[in-house]
Amino acid sequence: MALIDLANPTRFLAFVMRVLPWLVATTVLLLATGLYLAALAPDDYQQGATVKIMFIHVPNAWLSMFVWGVMTVASLGTLVWRHPLADVAAKAAAPLGASFTFLALVTGSLWGRPMWGTYWEWDARLTSVLLLFLMYLGLIALWRAVEDPSRAGRAAAMLTLVGAINIPIIKFSVNWWNTIHQGASVVRAGGPSMDHAFLIPLLIMAAGFSALFLTLHLAAMRNEILRRRVRSLQMMQASRQNSTNDTDAFPRKQIASGTGAM
Amino acid sequence: MMLGPYAYFIVMSYAVAAAIVLNLIGWIAYDYRSQKARLRALEANGIARRSNGAAELRWP
Repeated sequence: MALIDLANPTRFLAFVMRVLPWLVATTVLLLATGLYLAALAPDDYQQGATVKIMFIHVPNAWLSMFVWGVMTVASLGTLVWRHPLADVAAKAAAPLGASFTFLALVTGSLWGRPMWGTYWEWDARLTSVLLLFLMYLGLIALWRAVEDPSRAGRAAAMLTLVGAINIPIIKFSVNWWNTIHQGASVVRAGGPSMDHAFLIPLLIMAAGFSALFLTLHLAAMRNEILRRRVRSLQMMQASRQNSTNDTDAFPRKQIASGTGAM
Repeated sequence: MMLGPYAYFIVMSYAVAAAIVLNLIGWIAYDYRSQKARLRALEANGIARRSNGAAELRWP
């Protein structure tokens, strides 16, 4: 199957049904391995056992930005190429991105309390991630507020493209401003500064959460396609009922006007 | 595996992550069943999509 064939929703649904079991198995395998290695990872010489929070905090923080990136590409697909699945992909990704961002905020807060002495600080990194979370919620609300999916999709696509400016701000906030959040220790010039005992479980957990996102995203896209089919059939049903009512009403009008003439 | 004096923060982090992920999985599974049931109900009322063919290339 060529990639272009997936633009057809019916073929896309068939593709999802084929790959979903494999994706579920890959996700379970990666997360199980990651959790096992995270449990075996040694304590950090400064942070002690709280370093274990990193294995879920960092993948979720990465995904919070990555999902917005996916939505940005999908928004370009909606506005520029008018790809039939682009809008579906963006809408299906938003609740997932919001969940990953929420998890990054909560686990970061739970990690911050023992390490920084506070659950929350209004510094650049934390505030920009909170803003990202609010933008996800705004997009979800926009999709729910506008009934016509194509109109909602175009408005959401523009909002997504504007919001994409926040992604580099989040990434470089630790370099541009004075912040209590630590700098990059994996994706940085000169390679990761982290010991392999932590890096390997972290990368496997990141791969596991990425596989989880891919699995849930494809499943949510499938649901969205079905939802639009239901909507389209309901409109067809309503239009049939209207036309039936019109043909029923027409003879009655004639009879009424005829009676009036008598 | 000893979690030390900060066990509460570590356990809470993993518990919240598990709850959110399970919630997402449950919501998506429920949504799928719900949409399939609505489609079946419409088709039972004689409202069906056009058969496979040219119509399949059109949205939705």
